[in-house]
Amino acid sequence: MSSSSSVPGAAQAAGLSVPREQAVVRFAGDSGDGMQITGARFAMETALAGSDLATFPDFPAEIRAPIGTTFGVSAFQIHFGSVEVATAGDDLDVLVAMNPAALITNISDLRRGGIVIVDKGAFTERNLTKAGYTANPLEDGSLSDFTILPLDIGRLTEAAVAGMGLTSKQTGRSRNMWALGLVLWLYDRDRQVTIDWITKKFGKDPAIVEANVAVLNAGHAFGETAEFPNFLRPVPIGPAPVEPGVYRTVSGTEALAWGLVAGLRAAGLDRMVFAGYPITPASPILHALTGLRAHGVVTFQAEDEIAAIGAAIGASFGGALGVTSSSGPGIALKTEALGLAIATELPLIVIDSQRAGPSTGLPTKTEQSDLFQAVLGRNGDAPMPVIAAATPSDAFEVAIEAVRLATKYMTPVFLLTDGYLTNAAEPWRIPDVTTLPSFPVAFRTDPEGFQPFVRDPATLARPWARPGTPGLEHRIGGIERDAGSGNISYDPDNHARMTETRAAKVAGIAADIPEQAVAQGEEEGELAVVGWGSTFGPIHMAVQRARLAGRKVSHIHLRYISPLPRNLGDLLRRFDRVLVPEMNNGQLVMLLRAAYLVPAERFSQVNGKPFKVSTILGAILERTREHPTGGAA
Amino acid sequence: MTTATAPVPLQPKDFASDQEVRWCPGCGDYAILKAVQKVLAELGASRENTVFVSGIGCSSRFPYYMSTYGFHTVHGRAPAIATGVKLANPALDVWVMTGDGDGLSIGGNHMLHVLRRNVDLQIILFNNEIYGLTKGQYSPTSRQGTRSPTSPAGSIERPLSAATFALGAGGRFVARGIDTQQGPLVEVLKRAHANRGASFVEVFQNCLVFNDGVFDGFTDRKVAEERQIHVEHGKPLLYGKGRQKGLRLNPAALTLETVTLGEDGVTLDQVMVHDETNRTLAGMLAALEGPAPVALGVLYCAPVTSFTSAVYAGGEAVTGELDALLRQGKTWEV
Repeated sequence: MSSSSSVPGAAQAAGLSVPREQAVVRFAGDSGDGMQITGARFAMETALAGSDLATFPDFPAEIRAPIGTTFGVSAFQIHFGSVEVATAGDDLDVLVAMNPAALITNISDLRRGGIVIVDKGAFTERNLTKAGYTANPLEDGSLSDFTILPLDIGRLTEAAVAGMGLTSKQTGRSRNMWALGLVLWLYDRDRQVTIDWITKKFGKDPAIVEANVAVLNAGHAFGETAEFPNFLRPVPIGPAPVEPGVYRTVSGTEALAWGLVAGLRAAGLDRMVFAGYPITPASPILHALTGLRAHGVVTFQAEDEIAAIGAAIGASFGGALGVTSSSGPGIALKTEALGLAIATELPLIVIDSQRAGPSTGLPTKTEQSDLFQAVLGRNGDAPMPVIAAATPSDAFEVAIEAVRLATKYMTPVFLLTDGYLTNAAEPWRIPDVTTLPSFPVAFRTDPEGFQPFVRDPATLARPWARPGTPGLEHRIGGIERDAGSGNISYDPDNHARMTETRAAKVAGIAADIPEQAVAQGEEEGELAVVGWGSTFGPIHMAVQRARLAGRKVSHIHLRYISPLPRNLGDLLRRFDRVLVPEMNNGQLVMLLRAAYLVPAERFSQVNGKPFKVSTILGAILERTREHPTGGAA
Repeated sequence: MTTATAPVPLQPKDFASDQEVRWCPGCGDYAILKAVQKVLAELGASRENTVFVSGIGCSSRFPYYMSTYGFHTVHGRAPAIATGVKLANPALDVWVMTGDGDGLSIGGNHMLHVLRRNVDLQIILFNNEIYGLTKGQYSPTSRQGTRSPTSPAGSIERPLSAATFALGAGGRFVARGIDTQQGPLVEVLKRAHANRGASFVEVFQNCLVFNDGVFDGFTDRKVAEERQIHVEHGKPLLYGKGRQKGLRLNPAALTLETVTLGEDGVTLDQVMVHDETNRTLAGMLAALEGPAPVALGVLYCAPVTSFTSAVYAGGEAVTGELDALLRQGKTWEV
């Protein structure tokens, strides 16, 4: 089997192809078919084999939509390779479709010649109709571009558990293990860790353990013994060249949660109050932090989004680190309280797992359209730092940085992530905790000369004076505060001075963050592709391929969006053109144009999905010249 | 050489900040401020461990006039912010100062949940049945017919009873006082402070600019005796001149009815004895309407474990190792 992916459009025209050491597999089925578990197990076996990987769970907003419907299809995609893998992959090499709905909604992403494994037992008249097929695609030749493996997975599963005393419902629910066994065979993966996992998960019911292991093994054995076409044999994809160390897989959620804990330690604080209200796709962060009490994390499920940020602000006033988390609509509700945190200059971290909007939008689909909301969306002149995670593991570092900025500058900080990053996972080299940053907080304790708004001349931060400290009793609030005492002040000049000071404090952070580096390529050239957030992966790969083809293109990726890095304007001006791919209708591009008067160009995608590498590559090729000496393979 | 000396007990004035109080002259809020300062002094409270959190409105300026820690927040959200303060440091003594608009209209949801969770706070709701700071619009506790800039023909909305709301939300301590009755108000506030949990105190507070005299029907000296009943746990529910009137349970109608001792053969043993742990009785007292008297004092006090006690039941120590956290689950070495 070939494991190459086709690159359509301009990229194909340029004669480019991706390396052959990688593959993209998607498991798709009903919401209740266990596709997320199947994908996660396959990802774990792949990670343990040392391959680099990126995963993309894609599920509907409905928990259990009616069986067999297209809107109930849940999918899990994994891209893995013996080379660097930075995205969840463009086109599929293998699609597992557990029913007609899964096939019809996913087949368009399968590359020509790709393999589609279908459970043909699920291709009943009824299921075909529900999916919208008028004829059975397994029989009418419409899949002739692909290699179809129509297998009666239901019946094969039943055969594997015959005599084990399972109900038909229990048997049906283990079909996913059969498919997993077969795909593990296809990529020559081990099964032991999956078997261990099954044993642990269903440990209370040995019959279920036995059955699931039998089904998994049956799928694997089927691959070994079936008379597949000659080209269909195991494709070992080996380990990727990575730095030595101890690795694990990490999702954006886990990295973010653990980064907050690491930040808490770095700040020398013993308590974080994380207050949230359930919302897709941000809830997993609240789940991940609940249960970390031993690490100083107190989670609070508030009655609404406003109460969540309120409790977080109250906690920061009380001397703990207040953190709140939500997605776009919930962030909108928190906006008034954010103004209070800015006005009273309290440390606070606000995590926005962005999803497609406006309003409820597409709750389970990813977007980057809250950038304006984060940077600009408040009443009054209300600046606050905004930073963004680029990859699941990057969320660890970004969370630590958010804690640093919040505590050092006594300010709320926006940490932007998105639905894709929250759910996606990748291998991660576990850092040596002794090398992590340290930025201990110095609470004010000395009453001598204390005034709550007399600032550190270097950072312009006001002191953090915790209730319980004798002699530092003071009052703060949302009404404009006197520049020293913090008492109510309606003085016009004081308000002007405070407005300017708040702006200067946040702007001053630019001196305390790294200069903007070029992620890939030279510091000048024909084209700079500027991204932020989860577009890192596709931009990185697209720029890499374009550069292999000799194009003079560089990738600039922003972690800091407000304030922007101090050298960014100069850097952008060294390129003939600036292209800004974003999963929104053009937000960073507007900020860059406003800040630097550079002719940055919008490149939007708002279909709720991550960019494909080929999409960005095509845009790069259209905007750069071919060079005869270029090294395109 | 220094010698240890016993700390000088703080006086009520020691709890006053240096800020000029900016309520209208004659506002009931002054009386509440004095009562709270007196309570803190009598309880031997420390300034550094006391925090006042408020929302928006006349009542919510309260923290600025105290020499303790204070946080004047956003409209309606004080219960949520106070919950965060308490989660950050359960040792702090936290008071929420709010009003009928702040606590029952824009912040009604937070009030409901802070009571339900039983967060260890004293919540003092200044009820003047009007929006004062925005110049006199009717509030959720305004009576039907209240004339205001937004109800020139009289409000058509039915009012909310603060104490009934608090009981319905699951509050475990519900009490009432009147701004100008400092003695009973101080006692009620002390009881609220002693309760470990959400202590809800409704204070009838006169707004002399926009709703002057709205409570005269039971607070005016001429009618006070006949129109107020100060309830005490374990004591018969008596009121009126010479305490000759009382409340008797009518079991058939399941209501409290007013009776006069010696009339129609009514004797003292027929008068209901106040049991502050009885939620049903508290509900009846909160719902009393004229000509029955207005119930004041501790209507309900039935403590249960407070939210913060439950949150920290397992202790507050940080014992987890970051490195172990990062390595939990499956790892592999390259």
